Amino acid sequence: MIRFIPRERTPVWLTVAVSVGAGLAALLLTAIPLALSGAPVLGAFVLMAKGAAGDGFALAETLTRATPLIFTGLAAAVAFRARLWNIGAEGQLYAGALATVALGAGLIEAPAYVLVPLVLIGAALAGAALLLVPVLFKTRFGADEVVVTLLMNFIVLLFVQMMLEGPMKDEMAMGWPQSAPVLDEATLPKLITGLRLHWGLVIAVIAALLLHVFITRTVWGFRIRAVGENARAARYAGLPVGTAMALVGLLSGGLAGLAGASEVAGLKGYLTADLSPGFGYAGIVVATLANLSPLGVIPSAIFIAGVFVGADSMSRAIGVSNYLADLVVALSLLSVLVGGLLTRFRIVLVRREAV
Amino acid sequence: MLWSALDILTQANFWAATIRIATPLIFGVLGALLCERAGVLNLGIEGIFVAGAMSGWLAVYLGLPLWGGVLVAAATGALFGLLHGILTVPLGLSQHVTGIGVTLLATSVAYFGYRVAFPNVATPPRIEAFPPLDLPVLGDLPFIGPILAQQTAFTVLAFACVGALALILARTPLGLALRAVGDNPEAVEAQGLSVVGLRLGAVMAGSALMALGGAFLTLSAFNAFYFGMINGRGWVCIALTVFASWRPGKALLGALLFGALDAYQLRLQTITGGAVPSQIFLMLPYVFSIAALVLVARRADYPRALMKPYFKGQR
Repeated sequence: MIRFIPRERTPVWLTVAVSVGAGLAALLLTAIPLALSGAPVLGAFVLMAKGAAGDGFALAETLTRATPLIFTGLAAAVAFRARLWNIGAEGQLYAGALATVALGAGLIEAPAYVLVPLVLIGAALAGAALLLVPVLFKTRFGADEVVVTLLMNFIVLLFVQMMLEGPMKDEMAMGWPQSAPVLDEATLPKLITGLRLHWGLVIAVIAALLLHVFITRTVWGFRIRAVGENARAARYAGLPVGTAMALVGLLSGGLAGLAGASEVAGLKGYLTADLSPGFGYAGIVVATLANLSPLGVIPSAIFIAGVFVGADSMSRAIGVSNYLADLVVALSLLSVLVGGLLTRFRIVLVRREAV
Repeated sequence: MLWSALDILTQANFWAATIRIATPLIFGVLGALLCERAGVLNLGIEGIFVAGAMSGWLAVYLGLPLWGGVLVAAATGALFGLLHGILTVPLGLSQHVTGIGVTLLATSVAYFGYRVAFPNVATPPRIEAFPPLDLPVLGDLPFIGPILAQQTAFTVLAFACVGALALILARTPLGLALRAVGDNPEAVEAQGLSVVGLRLGAVMAGSALMALGGAFLTLSAFNAFYFGMINGRGWVCIALTVFASWRPGKALLGALLFGALDAYQLRLQTITGGAVPSQIFLMLPYVFSIAALVLVARRADYPRALMKPYFKGQR
C-alpha cells in the first residue's frame, strides 16, 4: 500500500520542480479538450509559445500582462501564508483603480515626483481599507472571510459601474462609461518607447523583493508565518494574532490595490468596468504555483501571463477559443496542489504485511 | 411612492418571482450543506453551477428530453464533486484553494465547451424550456393559484429535495452517518464505516444538487446559456448555508428570503424610476448575504470536523 510520510524539510529544487511540473502537466492535460475541439494540438501549442515569447514584442506583451499578476499574486501569497483566505483581490484591485483616477485625473495638480507616489499610496490604502472590513468581520464576529471577500468583489464592481455612469463619468467619452484620463504627471512612464511595458513592472518586482525580506527577515514576518502555521499555538505563545491578521490584511489589500493603480496609471490611462479580466482570481493561481513565495511569484506570474497572451494570439490565428487559457490556469492550480503532496510527504510503497 | 412600494407585496407576480429566484438557491444551499455536514467545504459551487447550467442545456439542445438534461447536469456536477472529493478527502488538500480551483476549472470547461460547440453565434441558441405547471384545482385558488401556475416542475423538484434531504439527514441511518462524519469521523471509523466513502459520496451528491441549481436557470428560468449568468449565485449559497445553520428547512427559508429581497429590489427599481442608481439595488442581495453571515457567525454551530481532513489511524 501507499504511505505518506511527512517530510522534515523540503529541498528547494523539489519545490521548484513541482511548480514547473505542474505547469507542464496543465499544458499536457489541456491537449485533451484541444484535441476534442478538433484543433491541431501541436500547432496550437507552437502558436501559443510564439505568441507568448516568440519575439521581443511578444515577450514585452507577456511582461505587461504579468505586471498586475505579480501584484495580485503577492497579495494572495502574503494572505494565504497567514491562512487569511483573501479571495477579494479582484475587488481590491478595482478599489485601487478607483483611487487612482480619483486622485490622478485632475483633483490634484502636482509634478510627477509628487503625484505618482501619491496615487500609488492612495491606491494601496484603498485596497487595504477594503480588505480590513472582512478581516474585522473575521476577528470580531467570526464571519468566514472567504465568502465575504468573494461577495464584496461583486459589490465593488457594481460600485465602480455606478461611479463610471455617474459622478466619475468622463463627459468627453462619447457616452461610454469610463473615467476621465489620468494626468500625464500621474502616469507611470513606459519602460521602452513603442512598447506597452511600463514602470509598473519595476514597482512589482521591487514589491516582491521587499515582501520577501519582510517575511523572511523581520519579526513581524516571523509572526505572520507563525500565525499561519498554527494560530492557536501562536496565541498561546503570546503573539498578537489579531494585530498580525490586520497587518496581513493591510499588506494583501494594499498590494492588490497597487495592481489597479499600475493597470490604470501605467497601461490603460483611464478606468473602465472591464479593467481586469479576473487578475484577482488568477493571482490565487500565481501564488499557489509559487508555493506562496514572494520571489517565486515573479516567474509564476510570467508563466500565467504567457499562457493568456499566447492563447489570445493562438485564438486569433486559428480560431480556437481563448477560454483555453483559463483551462490551463485552472489545471495548473489543481496540478500544483496535487504536486504539493510530494513536497510535504515522502510517498513510499510498503508491503502490506509490513504494516 | 411609499404606497406603491408596499403594494408590490400584494402582487402575485412578485411572489411568483420570489419562488423562481429562490429555486436555484434552494438546490445550491442544499448541496452546500450536504457537503459541509459531511465535513467538506465545497467552494467549487460557483463553477459547478456554470457547468450544470451549460451541460444540462446543451444536452437538451442536442435532442435529449428536458428531464434528460436535468440528469446530465446532475451527472456533470457529481463528476466535479468527485474531483473535489478526491483532492480534499483522501488526499487532504486545502479545501479553500481546491474549491477555487474546481470553480475555475468547471467554469472554463463550460465556457470553452460552449465556444467549441457555437464558435460564432450572435444570439445564443434557444431550447424549449420547462412549461409552467398545469394545476387542475390548485391553479384556480385565488392569489395562490396564479403564483403556483407560474412555476415549473423543476421548482417542484427543488421543494421535494428539501423534504427528502431533511428526512434522510434526520431520520435514516445514512443521515446519522453523514452527520457523524462531519462532526466526529473517529466515531464513524469505530463503527466500521468508511469516512472516505461517506465524505466522497456526500460531496458528489451535494455537487449534483448544485449543478441542478445551474440547470434550473437554463432549462426553466431562461431557455439559453449566457456567459456570466451565474454571477455569484454560488457564493451566495455558501453564505446562506451558514445562515441556515446547515438545516434543509432553514435553507428553504433563507433561499426564499433572498429570493423575495431580489424580486423586491427589481420592482423597486422601476418605481423609483432612475432616481436612485440601479447598481444600489443590485448590490442589495450581496450586502444582505454578507449581513446574514455576519449576524449569525458568532452563534453558528459549524460541523465540528468541517475542513479537517481525516487520515485513518492518525489523530
